[in-house]
Amino acid sequence: MSHHLVEFKDVHFCYPDGTSALNGLSFRILHGEAVGIVGANGAGKSTLLMHINGYLLPTSGSIVVGDLHLDKRTRQDVRKKVGLVFQNPDDQLFMPTVFDDVAFGPLNLGISADRVTEQVIEALGTVGCLKLKDKPPHHLSSGQKSAVAIATVLAMHPDILVMDEPAANLDPKSRRQLINLLKGFEHTKIVASHDLDLILDVCKRCIVIKEGQVAADGLTEIILSDRDLLEENNLELPLSLQRLPSK
Amino acid sequence: MFDTEFFNLGYLDRLSYQDTFIHRIDPRIKLLSSLIFIAAVVSFPKYEVTGLLPFFLFPVIFLTLGDIPLMFILKKVLIVSPFALFIGIFNPLLDNRPAHDLLGFTVSLGWLSFASIMLKFALTISTALLLIATTSFPGICFAMQKLRIPKAFVGQLLFLYRYIFVLAEEAMKIVRARDMRSFGRRGKGIKHFVPLIGVLFMRTVDRAERVYHAMLARSFRGKLYSTKAYALTMADMLFIFVSICLILLFRVINLTALIGSWTTG
Repeated sequence: MSHHLVEFKDVHFCYPDGTSALNGLSFRILHGEAVGIVGANGAGKSTLLMHINGYLLPTSGSIVVGDLHLDKRTRQDVRKKVGLVFQNPDDQLFMPTVFDDVAFGPLNLGISADRVTEQVIEALGTVGCLKLKDKPPHHLSSGQKSAVAIATVLAMHPDILVMDEPAANLDPKSRRQLINLLKGFEHTKIVASHDLDLILDVCKRCIVIKEGQVAADGLTEIILSDRDLLEENNLELPLSLQRLPSK
Repeated sequence: MFDTEFFNLGYLDRLSYQDTFIHRIDPRIKLLSSLIFIAAVVSFPKYEVTGLLPFFLFPVIFLTLGDIPLMFILKKVLIVSPFALFIGIFNPLLDNRPAHDLLGFTVSLGWLSFASIMLKFALTISTALLLIATTSFPGICFAMQKLRIPKAFVGQLLFLYRYIFVLAEEAMKIVRARDMRSFGRRGKGIKHFVPLIGVLFMRTVDRAERVYHAMLARSFRGKLYSTKAYALTMADMLFIFVSICLILLFRVINLTALIGSWTTG
């Protein structure tokens, strides 16, 4: 069951302007795990996500996704395994209609038109947006855009689902729907967010990133109830844990 | 002001969702017949006025059969009219050789060429607008792709259409943020306008990069696919046949003059 693993080994990354964003990051995520990535602004979360499907390649260190060692040659194949949902759905939805947008990925993978239609309808059905399929993205609400953005990735049947702030811009009800949706997925999930309650609900495991390194890695309940650790990282106790008497 | 313009932008788009006879015609057919129409209109000589008039039949047919509000199209034509106006405005001054006598006034050749420019402008612009209003922009792009127009070009147009709304929204946010803190006139001068455009440009560049990343994430390798399958129907063939016949007829025979000579003997 190790074919969907994501492994970072001593990954360093330096932006061209000299900012070093990752400083020896190491972790290993196994098949079917749901992992939350948290950390202060500028801790390196986004840079980390950009590495998982190879927009950025490490300056040193190595990344393994599935059975592939990530480099310039393999990144196209890695992208087939990794479904990345961007923070701003307007960046993700670029085709004239919802249907075309969800079909974009599968068509690029060279799947036949009939099969693509099936996959699109299935993916839109999963996120409950089938009736939006002929609408242009600029006529959707933020919640609908987010849901469709997830469908665009689901339609490619990725093994690993990576999301950057999936619940930003969502009203509480849409956020709850998204959480339930995420809980229903059996994919390996990697979710970066400041919404700690969402992480608590969706992810069993949590990794805290600080200055480009892993500051803590373990069960979400334990990490997210560690007041000192959270405060060190510009975070605070999830609201749902604040009501409990402090230990 | 900016806000209303922004919401207007989506209106042309929404018109294209209707389902009328004109909307149902294959985009390729509409694009081709519009291009032939525009070529025919533009090919008239400099001083032609009466020969152009029958061509208004086409916009009228699109308007009525396509259920497009006349005022909307007229307003849009009016907004772009200064361009044509300034091209032709000096013709009456430069070219004052007499051409006709009209109710005791002498009409110069300059006025004729000016009128001709304005008519050609009104015909071509309204046709282009009506084409979008009855076909939708993506429909036209699809037609272009099918007609073997280079895919890079078609892709650019599709992105233009998708992101014009996002860009307008971003501009609207910046304008609002400025208005919020400029209290009347201050801060509205050109001095503050320049950095504002700069910010908008930088945001656009950033967004372009993020969109490209999103495309790569879904295995984009330079080709945009479409799943829509259009098939030409009898109605489509009939439409293009009749349009070409009428366009040729109007181009070759000056119907206005013909009717004039019949009625006045």
